[in-house]
Amino acid sequence: MKRLFPILAVLTALMLVYAVYQALVVAPTERTMGDVQRIFYYHVPSAWTAFLLFLVNLVASVVYLVKRNPKVDALAMVSAEVGVVFCTVVLVTGPIWARPVWGIWWTWDVRLTSTLVLWLIYVSYLLLRRFSDSAQAPALAAVLAIFGALDIPLVYFSIWFFRTQHPQPVIGGGGSIDPRMWRVLLINWMAFLCFALLMCWSRYRLETMRREVEEAQALESLLGDDRGSSAEIRNPKVALNRSGP
Amino acid sequence: MHKPSFTGGDAMSLPSSTTRGTITRATLTKDLRLEWRSKDALNSMLFFSLLVVVIFSFSFDPLAEESRRIAGGLVWVAILFAAVVALNQTWARELRNQVLDAYRVSPAPPNALFMAKALGNFFLVSLLEALMTPLFIIFYNLRALGPAWQLIPIGLLGTWALVVNGTFFAAISLRTRSRELMLPLLLFPISIPAVLGMVAGTTAILTGENSAHFWIVLLLTYDVVFTTACLALFEKVLEAE
Amino acid sequence: MTDASPIITATNVIKQFGRFAALRGVTIEFGAGKFHAILGDNGAGKTTLLRIIAGLARPTGGHVSILGMSPRDACREIGYMAHPSLLYDEMSGMENLRYFARLYGIDDDKHGDRAIRMVALDPTLSRPVGQYSQGMRQRMSLARAILHDPKILLLDEPFSNVDAQSAREMVTLLTRMRDAGKTILLVTHQASLLEGAASKFVWMRAGQVVECTNRLSPGGTR
Repeated sequence: MKRLFPILAVLTALMLVYAVYQALVVAPTERTMGDVQRIFYYHVPSAWTAFLLFLVNLVASVVYLVKRNPKVDALAMVSAEVGVVFCTVVLVTGPIWARPVWGIWWTWDVRLTSTLVLWLIYVSYLLLRRFSDSAQAPALAAVLAIFGALDIPLVYFSIWFFRTQHPQPVIGGGGSIDPRMWRVLLINWMAFLCFALLMCWSRYRLETMRREVEEAQALESLLGDDRGSSAEIRNPKVALNRSGP
Repeated sequence: MHKPSFTGGDAMSLPSSTTRGTITRATLTKDLRLEWRSKDALNSMLFFSLLVVVIFSFSFDPLAEESRRIAGGLVWVAILFAAVVALNQTWARELRNQVLDAYRVSPAPPNALFMAKALGNFFLVSLLEALMTPLFIIFYNLRALGPAWQLIPIGLLGTWALVVNGTFFAAISLRTRSRELMLPLLLFPISIPAVLGMVAGTTAILTGENSAHFWIVLLLTYDVVFTTACLALFEKVLEAE
Repeated sequence: MTDASPIITATNVIKQFGRFAALRGVTIEFGAGKFHAILGDNGAGKTTLLRIIAGLARPTGGHVSILGMSPRDACREIGYMAHPSLLYDEMSGMENLRYFARLYGIDDDKHGDRAIRMVALDPTLSRPVGQYSQGMRQRMSLARAILHDPKILLLDEPFSNVDAQSAREMVTLLTRMRDAGKTILLVTHQASLLEGAASKFVWMRAGQVVECTNRLSPGGTR
């Protein structure tokens, strides 16, 4: 498994380069918006990736509450962190795109506002994890993730209705997409997914290692007063002898 | 739910539904009685609400023609801030002397405790609203151009929306550092659809320009969804050590 | 060490709090109707073990069985008392007990009245618990623990900050309850108080049980 990581890293790098080439060179120039429209190839795939990661977080949170498996919790944490990164990209590229094209930085349109609320919920999720004890954080954060998931449809729906009553320009517009653009979009999304996978995997490994070190330290601090237990310190997994309920 | 075996002990085989209601009622009456005995916290909260109304009225010119459009938003934002103060003290008495441990060790269902606290907060925040709303009406010369009676369901449903999640997140915040800051950090993002509903609904009625029906239904949906979620998940929060 | 009729069984209980491993595989049985003392220095894991038995904490590994059930399922037979009083300072003793009785499905005042009298306090006292002396507060806390007449009493450091006389009175009270058939587990680091009262002494250190004795030898074994 571990050997796959560098392979994935190289593959991701290649895909990203190819995706950039596709987005900036190969994709046709949009008729009305011009070259600025190319930001679309970053804005949209980031959004899809973020949503996917938050979905992973939701599933991991529910599974954690049932099974209480610490690895599942690590996955939840990791997907939330990387998800927030991609969500930030969406929120930054949105205004950058909007300003030259529609003349405004921000509009409280359905998609952008819902993404903002999603971002807020998950930032509060990360803050909750940071501010609670490591023993309680997993369960509390999992509960918050479920609340967030219940909230998002309500957010979307309420803003959608509000906008039908008080219409404003929609960033990203609607309408059909040229098949050539669609192809470039998908290529970029694949590249972003690889990148997300790489980041998640790397962060997951880091987190698992950190937890193993914690366990070993805990054991060592207790065994420190005991005589003749150096063998156990060398292999903390054996010493801790997990026999779960 | 297992029925444990025990020797003797009268009055222990009540059906669980009666027990749940009894416990909620007993907890609620205890809380209201204690709140009444020491009116300090209540008085400070009332005064804080008054201050919020005054400051908002200074900041947003109440005499402007547009005031009717923004009053809905102002009232609810002011209520939101006053409510946070009330919500932050939800579990204050239980924190002293670790009373929650006594609750956890008993057979009482956790969401009976939750319901009692949420209802207590509902009364408390409604009391604050009863002070703030007339003041806003006076300062902003508010008069509803739409059907004013619809403000009642919006008020009730909106208040419950804030209070049910607020009580829940107050319990989550108990387990964190910066407890009192954590509550609004968690509450505000999740409350966005409800706040939109309250504000848009109130504005619709005040200006008479739109129907508030959708917003009332939205608030009702929000309340049902999150009351269920809170009742279902409170046990997990209470038992997080 | 096996007793004739174990009422509480802990099997390889492990508890880890993030960086800190509080219990490292505790296996022990507690017999019915006996007075047990759990002793050891601070950090030995005594409180953690008691809280797991009370159902207030979940073990990271291993398993606890009380009367053949999990601690949560056996909660009606458990009375728990700790160093914080677990009482509302703003209410009187009887008001507190009346409320906590509700949590056990008890509607009457009889249980509360009996519990308060058992700890030699006055049920009609209307002073709020917050104004009690430390000794009185400990006794009221014990009254709350025995309110629903549980078979098992779990006490965590009930003698801290209590004067010697009150502590001795409490030990006498507890022996009387043991004689009435209750099983008692008492965690303390003041072993000498229980000499002659407890019949089993469990010594813990660094998250493990190191020794079980029937008598407290002078000075206590370490």
